[in-house]
Amino acid sequence: MAAHQAAQTLAEKVWNAHVVRKGEGTGGSRQPDLIYIDLHLVHEVTSPQAFEGLRLTGRQLRRPDLTIATEDHNTPTLEIDKPIADLTSRTQIETLRKNCAEFGVRLHSLGDKEQGIVHVVGPQLGLTQPGMTVVCGDSHTSTHGAFGALAFGIGTSEVEHVMATQSLSLKPFKTMAINVEGTLKPGVTAKDIILAVIAKIGTGGGQGYVLEYRGSAIRALSMDARMTICNMSIEAGARAGMIAPDAITYEYINGRPHAPQGADWDAAVAEWDTLATDQGAAFDAEVFLDANELEPFVTWGTNPGQGVSLSDKVPAPEDFEDENARAACERALDYMGLEAGTPMKEIRVDTVFLGSCTNSRMEDLRAAASIIQGQEKDPDIRMIVVPGSARVRLEAEAEGLDKIFKEFGAEWRFAGCSMCLGMNPDQLAEGERCASTSNRNFEGRQGKGGRTHLVSPIVAAATAIRGTLSSPSDLGAPSSSAKVA
Amino acid sequence: MEKITTHTGIGVPLRQSNVDTDQIIPAVYLKRITRTGFEDALFAGWRKDGNFILNQQPFTKGSVLVAGPDFGTGSSREHAVWALKDYGFKAVLSSRFADIFRGNSGKQGLVAAEVAQSDIELIWKEIENHPGTEVTVDLEARTVTCGSIIAPFEIDDYTRWRLMEGLDDIGLTLQHEEEITAFEAQRPAFKPTTLPARYSQP
Repeated sequence: MAAHQAAQTLAEKVWNAHVVRKGEGTGGSRQPDLIYIDLHLVHEVTSPQAFEGLRLTGRQLRRPDLTIATEDHNTPTLEIDKPIADLTSRTQIETLRKNCAEFGVRLHSLGDKEQGIVHVVGPQLGLTQPGMTVVCGDSHTSTHGAFGALAFGIGTSEVEHVMATQSLSLKPFKTMAINVEGTLKPGVTAKDIILAVIAKIGTGGGQGYVLEYRGSAIRALSMDARMTICNMSIEAGARAGMIAPDAITYEYINGRPHAPQGADWDAAVAEWDTLATDQGAAFDAEVFLDANELEPFVTWGTNPGQGVSLSDKVPAPEDFEDENARAACERALDYMGLEAGTPMKEIRVDTVFLGSCTNSRMEDLRAAASIIQGQEKDPDIRMIVVPGSARVRLEAEAEGLDKIFKEFGAEWRFAGCSMCLGMNPDQLAEGERCASTSNRNFEGRQGKGGRTHLVSPIVAAATAIRGTLSSPSDLGAPSSSAKVA
Repeated sequence: MEKITTHTGIGVPLRQSNVDTDQIIPAVYLKRITRTGFEDALFAGWRKDGNFILNQQPFTKGSVLVAGPDFGTGSSREHAVWALKDYGFKAVLSSRFADIFRGNSGKQGLVAAEVAQSDIELIWKEIENHPGTEVTVDLEARTVTCGSIIAPFEIDDYTRWRLMEGLDDIGLTLQHEEEITAFEAQRPAFKPTTLPARYSQP
């Protein structure tokens, strides 16, 4: 990312506006730039060793006023007023509370109205804004790129580095444009776009890049949907994904607790208006996707790149030319307990999970509720609904969505990461199969031996009704195999 | 951080692509608040299988992991690097590393050496046919040596320098503290702060 290039991409503009000190040298031997960090999000899992590092070296946390913490990964989603039963989880939460008190960090604890998944809380409070640099010890920090922020996950050593210096030493990223033109068919969502992108470029395709999602199909999306897309950039190997801010972005931010006000708002918008990629700016790579052709997408394997259209079949190892991909397919089919050639829609699931930083916002809950309203749940399906934040839960209850879920027979839980990674008691049992709106279908991710199919919220909802992987368009016809013993 | 210039140790073949950090260390082990003691957690799910490579002699004593492409994808958990180091690994070879894993390795003194897949295949054959064969990773020469195979590897210059000098990143950055302060002085006033805390209306 050259600083004095005439035409610049969105990512380059944000990067260049945050260079504290430019790295010396050129080419391969160029040193990293020192980049200023505008917002540091903290949670209980990746921070204890960083706080401990500060204590051991006698260093201060430089900017508590640019730092905010929530409890999300370990927290229970039932009986949140009782002490956390798992002792190690409880210790980790208590450690975060002690650390935040000691270093003066604002913390939203379990039970607080602003508690929730860190990537839902930041935008909701209006703390995530265009043109910012945002980091967190969590790979799904890419979510915040939906606002035109440069946002990426970091390891615990870097968490400590940001705490001590409010900056990071980084080599510039390369840029990749993901152009999605056209109009989505009914029943096709942001989740399907990003799953299709990952299947196209692969789990390593984005390595070293910042992805910029562009095109008419992206511009038409709400902020909740844009967050779903940027969230899963990391599943394509990219540390960050971005979308240029526009009127939809500004409308979302305006009036939120930490949004700029008065003259500050005008100054902010004037600056945000300059962020979009310049005409003629060059990307290091470009990918094109036709939104008109997209269908509901679902994964069959054990990495997010192993996905197909829901109307497709489970692939066979022979379908892959690359030896490693063939071996990976074989292993995935074995783990997933699937036979090549099985139509995806004939796969019966046990559990439906609606939640995670990918799909737990109001729009996701509304979309799922609109499908299940007045319908009957397959009696053998367990459905768990976990709002992304306490605030989302309250808003959903104000709209009566909780009643729709409960009447349907779904469990209405408290906010947190929950079954996306199963650090709390919300886990799959060995061999249990789940249609999940989360982001990772890795072996054992949702519980040891658990089998995950990544889907959109409306596919999750339709699946809960039919018992087999389904899209809302399948609801007209009676299920062929769902009720067969 | 300990200085590293070369390391020689038993090579462990891990013939798999897309080894994500959930496999390297499952989430249940992330509840600990220490930075060490994760050796039992490394590949915990797979180690329950008696046939897994780390359950076979002499690979239990291995210190150079030779993995398939896209190693370390997924979660940002630095615990994955801590677990590899605590078990005794000093270097991982792969044709492609996930960005965050590669960064975390550099901070913790684990050498993530990018080796061409064709060379990985040769090294796999050598260490499978002759278990216990040692692999040498030479940061100075940027080469991996295993039996008669000598393969070049990629690692970024800055990371290599820091590994060879054993330098602490935070200490390096704090040498530029005045520049950070100067940068802060010219940040736009409209940028948000988390404090004083503001809340949504109930």
